[in-house]
Amino acid sequence: MELFTPDFGLIFWMFVSFAILFVILWRWGWPAIMKGVSDRADLIDKGVEYAQNAKEQLDHAREEADKYIADARRQQADMLREADKMKTQIIEEARAAAQTEAKKVMDAAKVSIEQDRKEAQQQFRNEVSTFALDIAQKVVRNQMKDEKAQEKLVNSLLDEIEKQN
Amino acid sequence: MNRNIFTTIALALLAMILPLGAFASEHNDGEKKDGIDAQGIIFEHLGDGYGWEVPFNHHKRMPLPVIVWGSDGLHVFSSSRVTGGEIYRDGNAEFKIAGKDSEYKGKVVEIIDGKEVKPTIDISITKNVCGVFIAVLLVIWAIMSVAHWHRTQGMKGPRKMVGAIEFVILFIYDGVIKPTLKDKANKFAPYLLTVFFFILIMNLLGLIVIFPGGANLTGNIAVTLVLAIITFLITNLFATKHYWKEIFNPDVPWWLKYPLPIMPIIEIFGVFTKPAALTVRLFANMMGGHMIVIVLTLLIFIFAAMGPVVTGATAVVSVIFSVFMLLIDVLVSFIQAYVFTMLSTLFIALGQEEGHHEKGHDKAEEPAKTQPATQG
Repeated sequence: MELFTPDFGLIFWMFVSFAILFVILWRWGWPAIMKGVSDRADLIDKGVEYAQNAKEQLDHAREEADKYIADARRQQADMLREADKMKTQIIEEARAAAQTEAKKVMDAAKVSIEQDRKEAQQQFRNEVSTFALDIAQKVVRNQMKDEKAQEKLVNSLLDEIEKQN
Repeated sequence: MNRNIFTTIALALLAMILPLGAFASEHNDGEKKDGIDAQGIIFEHLGDGYGWEVPFNHHKRMPLPVIVWGSDGLHVFSSSRVTGGEIYRDGNAEFKIAGKDSEYKGKVVEIIDGKEVKPTIDISITKNVCGVFIAVLLVIWAIMSVAHWHRTQGMKGPRKMVGAIEFVILFIYDGVIKPTLKDKANKFAPYLLTVFFFILIMNLLGLIVIFPGGANLTGNIAVTLVLAIITFLITNLFATKHYWKEIFNPDVPWWLKYPLPIMPIIEIFGVFTKPAALTVRLFANMMGGHMIVIVLTLLIFIFAAMGPVVTGATAVVSVIFSVFMLLIDVLVSFIQAYVFTMLSTLFIALGQEEGHHEKGHDKAEEPAKTQPATQG
């Protein structure tokens, strides 16, 4: 059977062809491809790693930012609260100061009013006594115009003194 | 999809009509061609030849150089001088292609004193040799284009043909070579990948009916033999001490080695059956596939004797089956290349075994022994 007997010429050329093919691919073909494939795989791995890191950092950054924002909010709230407290305190203090001042003014006013009143009372009393003396003088002078009335008064006065004795 | 169905139907109809015409014309010529020489045609298509058939013309052949070392030295001449059956005179020597009844049927022989003598060396560029050259060029072109792409723009994603070839390379490397050879993968990967692509391209070229295909390369025992011998050489030349120890002094009960060295004999036998299995598997698989397609096509002409209706019906059935078989052969082409590479990898891996991990040894041997049986 010719199909089962290998032909020398074909074996020879097959060896030669395969040797050439192998040498060419071994020298210039496969190393470049293998290196290229592994380099690319490395690049992809690195890229994935980088992306993961970046994502992590991004997530982290967001967290950080959230933290900062929360911090700022808290600070803001604190400041507002403090300001509020300060405001009330100031108002309170002002009120107290105003009260004491007002009280002082009032006291001073009271004292001066009292003094004025006393003075006025004194003056009034003096005037009243002067008026009363004047009036009494006039009344007495009026009543004691005639002799009789003077006598009668002296008599009654004398009576009185007598009675008393 | 619809277009495909339409094309199939059109082809089937064409196949029905064409034999009718051929049949009619044949009748006009007279009834000298009653039966056809099926065996001759099959063997002609499966075998080698000087010169390459021109498509659609059985008599014209593309001339190829004949290189023979005759009785008086080297002779180089065009195959067109002898393929017609003529005797060619080159200097003092006369050459012709031996006839059908000759011992050296189909080969170039030298005529010395009226006797046909086979030349000492015949390294003619036959159809198959030329096919091998074409396959080599195609593989170099395919792989170098990927390599070039990797050198120039390797960091991009491969697309189209480069991507497809790279996918196959990685499929073989990551799927077969790396898991089997592990840390030694890079040492043997160039050979194994070369073998894979060489066989794949040769298989696929064999499926193309006309030039540059049509040469039944991997269905030729010389081609598969060479590949198997190279695997055999690599396996044994790079083998470790442990491998040789396992062959000559295997780890078995002493009575299997002494006084009669049964196991060593079996092991040595096994060293040679491995390449033999490689040779025959690939050869038989590919030749079988080709033979089925040729026989299916020949059926049309065999049935031509039974009238136009039978011929037409046979033609339709044969064409459908041929197309089906060819499609399966495309799949088989890949599978056979894959299996050859896988077995080569396993054989090489067996030669790389180190003594200290016995487990890996058993694991690697098992598929190697079962594969030829199931795939063959």
